[in-house]
Amino acid sequence: MLLEDKDRIFRNLYGFHDSGLDGARKRGAWDGTKFFIDKGHDWIISEVKTSGLRGRGGAGFPTGLKWSFMPKSDPRPSYLVINADESEPGSCKDREIMRHDPHLLIEGALLAGFAMRAHASYIYIRGEFIRERERLQRAIDEAYAAKLIGKNNVHGWDFDLYIAHGAGAYICGEETALLESLEGRKGQPRLKPPFPANVGLYGAPTTVNNVESIAVVPDILRRGGHWFAALGLPNNTGTKLFQISGHVNRPCVVEEEMGIPLRQLIDEHCGGVRGGWSNLLAVIPGGSSMPLIPAEECETLSMDFDSLTKLKSGLGTAAIIVLDKSADVVKAIARIAYFYKHESCGQCTPCREGTGWMWRVLERMARGEAQKSEIDKLFDVSKQIEGHTICALGDAAAWPVQGLIRHFRPEIERRIDAYQAAHREAAE
Amino acid sequence: MAVRRLHADQPHEFAFTPENMAWAQETIAKYPEGKQASAIIPLLWRAQEQSNGWLPEPALRYVADMLGVAYIRAYEVATFYTMFQLSPVGAKAHLQVCGTTPCMLRGAEALIAVCKRRISEEPHTLSADGSLSWEEVECLGCCANAPMVQVWKDTYEDLTPEALEKLISAFERGSAPTPGPQTGRVSSAPEGPPTTLVDPALYDGSAVGSWRARFPELAEGGSAAPGQSDKSKG
Repeated sequence: MLLEDKDRIFRNLYGFHDSGLDGARKRGAWDGTKFFIDKGHDWIISEVKTSGLRGRGGAGFPTGLKWSFMPKSDPRPSYLVINADESEPGSCKDREIMRHDPHLLIEGALLAGFAMRAHASYIYIRGEFIRERERLQRAIDEAYAAKLIGKNNVHGWDFDLYIAHGAGAYICGEETALLESLEGRKGQPRLKPPFPANVGLYGAPTTVNNVESIAVVPDILRRGGHWFAALGLPNNTGTKLFQISGHVNRPCVVEEEMGIPLRQLIDEHCGGVRGGWSNLLAVIPGGSSMPLIPAEECETLSMDFDSLTKLKSGLGTAAIIVLDKSADVVKAIARIAYFYKHESCGQCTPCREGTGWMWRVLERMARGEAQKSEIDKLFDVSKQIEGHTICALGDAAAWPVQGLIRHFRPEIERRIDAYQAAHREAAE
Repeated sequence: MAVRRLHADQPHEFAFTPENMAWAQETIAKYPEGKQASAIIPLLWRAQEQSNGWLPEPALRYVADMLGVAYIRAYEVATFYTMFQLSPVGAKAHLQVCGTTPCMLRGAEALIAVCKRRISEEPHTLSADGSLSWEEVECLGCCANAPMVQVWKDTYEDLTPEALEKLISAFERGSAPTPGPQTGRVSSAPEGPPTTLVDPALYDGSAVGSWRARFPELAEGGSAAPGQSDKSKG
């Protein structure tokens, strides 16, 4: 069963309708907001906990629980920081929210900010999203003008919302790197602890949430945590924006229920895999950092956090990159390795040196110009990067390489054999 | 990490135009007192826009002075963030071709080949007449519309080599092509008939107010005073 239209949260996902305040209100935004705020901080947090919402930025941490870590009385100001640094290759959902349904994000920011007792919030948008930034700023200006946010607004909770932006650095999607960048420095991640809930932006209590996590909050409150929790699967609840790119007939972004079978998602919304389902080679299920899954495991695959973790991969941002049999899988992963080499912030040696090392080896392996013993060595090096860095970029760089070796070792070996055979002939 | 260095040939000075100066003051005011350094990225970005798309060294010192940060901090920011162009770019267009895997799978390499032939063999190099330049960039977050390029503020999506050729010709002529998908498709909706969001009830305003049914205290004749109950009503 596909998600019914009435249960969709992002009703202007594609921008077919008015993204301004009037249009958003007609679709149900900014409705009941004051009532929910009057219900109190704890009511909102409890409703979000009931919904089972898990963070939509990739890690899947329970959102309501995260909010409850914020101190209830602290002399320092509290900050809500919204992570709109969408940069994980394959991911293109927050962009659609910001340019087409910005009022859901703004309303969610007010409600989430109120829940964690924050009077100020920054939305940190990746630098390249310039038009998205302009659209979102227009919507924020509308919200200020209508006194929905700002000082002495109609909701009775003073709340300022500002847009900040980056300038092209994937690492700033990591929450502490984002805070560094927001404070005007290079985006190099901080050691944790202390966690941002204790020492975050400007040394004050801070919660960093993904755009989608915040934008679904108003609908959760309007329809009830139980409504959201009834969608999807246990522990993997609600709706989710899936982004399907690569070798499908009709790539798209679409809101579906968590746990939708991958095959149904691709067949119903994307017109199928290019050349038919039997032409599928593998999928990268959750953005570039998630290990790929070979076709034979895709047949019955359910798209949710827990199912993908069982397959040693992950839902990540639910950005699905599809590879058909015409794809050069080693080269595809080598290009991902190049991405991580390019985006390593340079702070930790295993990542700074290791990402470049893995990329160079993979480039040779894509041509077959390697020794078979190097496959195990590559796997071993990836294990020495994973878990040995301040932030998860090291892990993110290691996992796709591990996934390639786990599932496509025969393909790498075949290329090495072919290369050696060709050069033996040339030498004779 | 990428090695990024300042251009050898630099102008002598930089100053914001009065309009940009007013804008800069507003931007700085978004941050708490004493945290003006937070405005460094937006200010450097504005300086780059004012300097024909690249960031000259005097602008780094100018912005650092404005914000009261050491010059080295501004240099660090300018060399760390790859959207800061450290050498001159094409006067009419600087094409940023996304080359990361989702775009690569749908033909980004062919787009790069077009750029090499039409603009210059090497990235970050001006075309013969100085009007165009290009570079390969990492994922720009338009993966469901791959492959794509960004030029200044706009993205051009769902490209083919032929469509890119046309775009380049348009930029050469100095005209502004229509941004977005180049196939007639709307944003990231699947091409062809929509598979979702077709129920007219979503758009006729009938959803407004439906949340009230969930709260007995709001029922007809009930107390309309909220804030008393702290129980989840689900």
